[in-house]
Amino acid sequence: MNVNLIEIMSLPFMQRALLGALITGLIAPSLGIYLVQRRMSLIGDGIGHIALTGVGVGLLTGTSPVLTAIIVSALGAVAVELIRERGRTSGDIALAILFYGGIAGGVFLVGLAPGKGSANLTSYLFGSLLTTSATDLTTIAILGGCVLAVTVGLRPWLFAICQDEEYAKVSGLPVRALNLLLAVMTAVTVTVAMRSVGLLLVSALMVVPVAAAQLVSRGFGGTMTLAMLGGVISAGAGIGVSAGYDTAPGATIVLAAIALFILVAAVGTALRRRRRADTGPAAVCEPPECVLDS
Amino acid sequence: MNPPVLEIRHGAVAYDRPVLRDVNLTVRSGEVVAVLGANGSGKSTMIRAGLGLVPLAEGQVELFGAPLRRFRDWQRIGYVPQRLGAGGGVPATVGEVVSSGRLARRGFPGLLRAGDRQAVARALAAVDLTDRTHDPVASLSGGQQQRTLIARALAGEPDLLVLDEPTAGVDAKSQEAFAQALRDFVRHGGTVLLVAHELGPLQPIITRAVVVHDGVIAHDGAVPHPAGHHAEPGHDHVHPHAPQDPPSIWGRE
Ligand SMILES: Nc1ncnc2c1ncn2[C@@H]1O[C@H](COP(=O)(O)OP(=O)(O)OP(=O)(O)O)[C@@H](O)[C@H]1O
Ligand SMILES: [Mg+2]
Repeated sequence: MNVNLIEIMSLPFMQRALLGALITGLIAPSLGIYLVQRRMSLIGDGIGHIALTGVGVGLLTGTSPVLTAIIVSALGAVAVELIRERGRTSGDIALAILFYGGIAGGVFLVGLAPGKGSANLTSYLFGSLLTTSATDLTTIAILGGCVLAVTVGLRPWLFAICQDEEYAKVSGLPVRALNLLLAVMTAVTVTVAMRSVGLLLVSALMVVPVAAAQLVSRGFGGTMTLAMLGGVISAGAGIGVSAGYDTAPGATIVLAAIALFILVAAVGTALRRRRRADTGPAAVCEPPECVLDS
Repeated sequence: MNPPVLEIRHGAVAYDRPVLRDVNLTVRSGEVVAVLGANGSGKSTMIRAGLGLVPLAEGQVELFGAPLRRFRDWQRIGYVPQRLGAGGGVPATVGEVVSSGRLARRGFPGLLRAGDRQAVARALAAVDLTDRTHDPVASLSGGQQQRTLIARALAGEPDLLVLDEPTAGVDAKSQEAFAQALRDFVRHGGTVLLVAHELGPLQPIITRAVVVHDGVIAHDGAVPHPAGHHAEPGHDHVHPHAPQDPPSIWGRE
């Protein structure tokens, strides 16, 4: 199988697929970490649902589905942000309507489009890496660069608004603008990932590498670096396995990410047990204060 | 008289039901004002309204002489909320949290300079958490987390510190250290507005106390004594709206 794999990977379309997957693996966790920090891990999934309506609009009107997916999912992400900002209890229901409306609307519109086919729909829902063209790859690279510029370049500010929004307001940060920027970047990430893992699996690549990184990291910066590394490893491993066994690349990448999570969890637990056995109880405690005096 | 740094005039706040009816509060430069009152009396609501975090149904807020809407000098304010923000799905180190206190000074999107790092290190030292800089905040005790939030506010080198129960859950030794840090802060020209339940070692540095009760400021003047010993005509200025019997330090429970 090894020789076979090298042979397969030398094919240009496989190389494009690999590159596209690696870019997605790098950027999805870099954005997902902010969603996880806000305890809104599943929002990426919802934005993915909304993006499908954008795809439907694109196919129906004959414009690029990537462009329409970005526009529609960005509008959806901004709506989600406005609902979150209000902090309404009814927000939950509003989100459900938005998300399921998004996916139903997408399926409906794709059905109306000329040359409709379930194959077409499947490629957006579960990815279609192998058909990545050179133009697609350029688009992915440019959009990915935008996302990274924001998620990495603005990390201290985005960290502050996701960690403690009220404090960020009192610091005079442009909280609203940053929140909307983050929402739009979520939409862009979803659209980029649509090609590699598909709209239904986008959220996995945003969240699972972050969850794995958290198991071993102590801080936010460290978690982000490890999560991006984990995303890239999952993407590479997923493409390799899917080429070797001829499985769906998107699903294989996601499974690789989950396998990585389980591996890190197992190794982490073993290491912790080892360390505890080595050093004994290691509770960090401050010097005692004099209770009798006070 | 020193210029006012925080002023609430006829402030009213209602959530589902009214919490503050007609609050008038002026904090002047150099003062150390303690806000007292029972649980749920609206102490946090009042200071949050003063910072623009809770919208006023009626009345105005001025910060450093500017109406809230036009106030831009946020680096002059350090805020210590009652508890750590909701964010925290991802671990963050003490150093990272305290560094976010520099953002107001750094501007957007400014670079992190050596001066910023030094200010963060000083703030960590002031609350005695230097050796915990690289530990996750979640691994700290409640009192240590509170000190992390104080360090975050100090890191911005503000002129006005607004603290919501900064010493809740903080042990006696750290309270002494905190009192000392506040004393230094005030000596260098700082102003403090703090909510507290027990003043403890802070008592000597408090210059004025206000008691929030029944939607208004029911007492504004000297630190009231615990229930029963509050009749000190020389110091006590009882607000006209206040009920006949002035509330104790706890308000009326
Ligand atoms: N976000 C909110 N939504 C609805 N009601 C609120 C909200 N925040 C506070 N309240 C209500 O407003 C009242 C005042 O709350 P606040 O937190 O200001 O009290 P406090 O004086 O700070 O109390 P504590 O001593 O417990 O900190 C309480 O009755 C509380 O239930
Ligand atoms: Mg409170």
